[in-house]
Amino acid sequence: MDLNSIGFFVFGAVAVLASLGVIGQRNPMHSVMLLIVSFGALAGLYILLDAPFSAVTQIIIYAGAIMVLFLFVVMLLNAHTEADSVPAILGPRGMQIGALLSILLAGEIVWGLSRLGLTWFGNDPATIANISSVSRIGLAIFTTHAFAFEVTSILILVSMVGAVVIARRGH
Amino acid sequence: MLLLIPLLPLAGFLINTLLGRRLPKTVSGGVACLAMIGAFAVSVMASLGASASATHAIQQTVFRWIPSGDFQIPFALRVDPLSTLMILVVTGIGSLIHIYSTAYMHEETDSEYARYFSYLNLFAAFMLILVLGANFPVMFVGWEGVGLCSYLLIGFWFKKKSAGDAGKKAFIVNRVGDFGFILGMLLIFVTFGSLDFQEVASRVAGVAVEHSMGTITIATLLLFLGATGKSAQIPLYVWLPDAMEGPTPVSALIHAATMVTAGVYMIGRNAVLFQHAPMTLAVVAGIGTATALMAGTIGLVQNDIKRVLAYSTVSQLGYMFLAMGVGAYAAGIFHLYTHAFFKALLFLGSGAVIHALAGEQDMRNMGGLRQALPITFWTFLAGTVAIAGIPPLAGFFSKDEILFNAYSKGHELLWAIGVLTALLTATYMFRLLFLTFFGERRHEAPAAPAHPEEEEPAAQHGAHRAPSTAHDAPAHGALGTAHDALSTAHDALSTAHDALSTAHGAPSTAHGSHLHDAPPAMAFALVVLAIGSVFAGFVGIPAAMGGSNRIEHFLEPSFEAHATAVGEFGPAVETQAAAPNEGAPGAHGEGSEDHDTEWMLMGVSVGAAAAGIVIAFYFWYRNRGAADRMARTLSPIYTLLLNKYYVDELYDATIVHPIENGSTVALWRGVDVGLIDGAVNGVGALVRGTSSGLRRLQTGSIRTYAASLFAGAVLILGWYLLR
Amino acid sequence: MISLNHYLVLSGVLFAIGTAGVFLRRNLITILLSIEIMLNAVNLTFVAVGRYLGTVDGQVITFFVMTVAAAEAAVGLALVIALFRHRETLSPDAFTLLKW
Repeated sequence: MDLNSIGFFVFGAVAVLASLGVIGQRNPMHSVMLLIVSFGALAGLYILLDAPFSAVTQIIIYAGAIMVLFLFVVMLLNAHTEADSVPAILGPRGMQIGALLSILLAGEIVWGLSRLGLTWFGNDPATIANISSVSRIGLAIFTTHAFAFEVTSILILVSMVGAVVIARRGH
Repeated sequence: MLLLIPLLPLAGFLINTLLGRRLPKTVSGGVACLAMIGAFAVSVMASLGASASATHAIQQTVFRWIPSGDFQIPFALRVDPLSTLMILVVTGIGSLIHIYSTAYMHEETDSEYARYFSYLNLFAAFMLILVLGANFPVMFVGWEGVGLCSYLLIGFWFKKKSAGDAGKKAFIVNRVGDFGFILGMLLIFVTFGSLDFQEVASRVAGVAVEHSMGTITIATLLLFLGATGKSAQIPLYVWLPDAMEGPTPVSALIHAATMVTAGVYMIGRNAVLFQHAPMTLAVVAGIGTATALMAGTIGLVQNDIKRVLAYSTVSQLGYMFLAMGVGAYAAGIFHLYTHAFFKALLFLGSGAVIHALAGEQDMRNMGGLRQALPITFWTFLAGTVAIAGIPPLAGFFSKDEILFNAYSKGHELLWAIGVLTALLTATYMFRLLFLTFFGERRHEAPAAPAHPEEEEPAAQHGAHRAPSTAHDAPAHGALGTAHDALSTAHDALSTAHDALSTAHGAPSTAHGSHLHDAPPAMAFALVVLAIGSVFAGFVGIPAAMGGSNRIEHFLEPSFEAHATAVGEFGPAVETQAAAPNEGAPGAHGEGSEDHDTEWMLMGVSVGAAAAGIVIAFYFWYRNRGAADRMARTLSPIYTLLLNKYYVDELYDATIVHPIENGSTVALWRGVDVGLIDGAVNGVGALVRGTSSGLRRLQTGSIRTYAASLFAGAVLILGWYLLR
Repeated sequence: MISLNHYLVLSGVLFAIGTAGVFLRRNLITILLSIEIMLNAVNLTFVAVGRYLGTVDGQVITFFVMTVAAAEAAVGLALVIALFRHRETLSPDAFTLLKW
């Protein structure tokens, strides 16, 4: 068992458990915290995959910005506990079916993937260096995928404006 | 030129239909009569032209009607000796009846008057097309057309339910016959490849006579089915007595002289064809004789004057079919011709009586009219003697011809039944005469009702509803004496009424309480027809009596096949397929023993007629009470006859009601409401149900939507993984 | 040794967990969090396959996905705030105007 494998299993387990906690927790605050943990685990996985840039941006953007935003909203709305005043449309029966479906989905994915043969990662250092180089990523973003980059910028602008408009008090 | 013959009445129809209600009665009546008289004139010219030609025929193709590959049906008209006789009868007697109608229908309103004459002209046009047609389809056009006009005219006073019903009955029963006619026509086309009469005759002439049930027999039987419908024989005669709901001139024209003879004409037209199917001919003769006898017995006890005449018509038509069935085609047509005269005369005469009595039709309420209606009486007497078959009037010659042919061709049973029927004919006709014109007056003074359509029906109702109870007969005698007392009182009343009605003016005088003889128009027709009834028979004096039987020779070429194709006519070829009428003088006058047989047969038939007259004289002139007593003692038979052997009820129970019930229960409720409506409504219900089920998916809860999305994604993924 | 398949399985499991959260939770915010889980699972897939294929495209795509996720989270939370103002509740079952 080398470092790679240990790291994978550890980080993987953390990610899965944290995610389960996210969807299982009653308190939204706890859910947000656990999700941050999950993101951290994922960042670790990225590092194992020789993608340091992705790991870092994951922490900065996801854990640092998006989750903070979530925290703001949770605290703003004072949504500490689950609102139980409205009766659920999906009864306990629905819950069971939903759980079943999710397990089914997972099972399908696993089973489908098991049909494929095992595919190993290449260990060519030149390739690894290529992948993990930030300058390469930068080049790719700004030259090959320049269009997507510009469109994404506009998308952010639009969402910003949209968020402001929707959340405005009064009309 | 031949086209003019049906075209003139057709033009009259159009004028009266389109402009009738704005024309005064004299104009609409005049137009109709002129159309008929014009058609008569053209018919005479055409007949002269035809007899002058070498082939005794003129043919005219009016237009190409159905060109369909090899199947070519031109609209062709043809005048040959047979159709000559028919068109002269139709137009001649038709004209007289039109003239009669101008007076008879005078109380109708202008538009009703015009409607009547338009229908009458239309009928004449169709009848002429029927007899002039040179092929089956053209004849069928006329066949259907006269059926339609019969319906229109029987139901002329359609506001009265029984008239409408009678019209419908006539049309529907005829339809059954027409079905047979169409099938026969198609079978002939399939067998012989042509529908032209001459063509078919020449093609069938080359075929052997069919002594078993073959194609020709079946085709001719189907055609005969059509004839039984149109000419009121068993089993489709039931419409004719009910058809008396129509105005009396209609009964005279359609149901005595012309339309009902269409069946006889059709057989005569296809003589060669029928000659090749002896089985059919046997059926024809059998049914004709049976019908003649049956109708004769029913006519003996009926109380409505028009019904007696209707059953008499059925009976005489039976004679004609008997003649056709034994192969004596010329004799049958001869009887058709004489019958047209005296039957039309009898109907018109009865119309004059009804008109004078302001709608009374029940003979038990008539009597003693001899002095009051002299012209009517004397012409009626001529007609009665003619139909009874007393020489030298017309009926004798034609009837005797038929009976002689029946006997000499070996059908002695048919001959015997024919003689019995002749006795019955004389009996019931003279009964009618005695009850109507002799004895004491039994009618009440009529109380000036407003419209003739209410009078004739009212009396009809009285006679109609009366049967079925045997107390009719005994009441007869008692009623007589009661009526006697009443009539003296009524006489006093009627003079008072007279004074009143003349003061009141036009409507009531026409059918006021005074008895007046036929007005001039009606009298003219009656007199002409009476002259015809007396003298018309002289064209057929048989050889045995020294005559030359001219009519038979005249009609001969029509009953033979010509060996050439359509459109050309060679000389009349006497092939072995020629219909063997005994026209050749040899067969008739060979040896004196034939003449002796004929004299003997003549004597028998005259004797039978005389016996009938004597019976009628005894029972209804001398000793009325005896008739009533006999009716009482034989009351089961009397009731049976009075109810026309319950045939109508039989048809009702076996055919009409099952169809009605079947249609209501099975077809209407089952198929229409259940199946079809159910299917249509079911589709709607299905859609409604499905959508009301489906709309429950719209819960408004996004979680449910997400869940369904998820479920779908899982399923699709699974599907792809499994493939 | 760890193969690509391991990463893909992990990613699939995380994705299933995310979807389960989307329709099992009755809190709008938690639903949005579950969506984030799903997006992350997808990101993991991209990076893993990119590593396998030896290109940077995988990471580039994750970069964009993250951006879009941020935008979507912003708008989503704005919506949640707006909804909360109306009904004072964060339960998705309270908003059923689209019902039949």
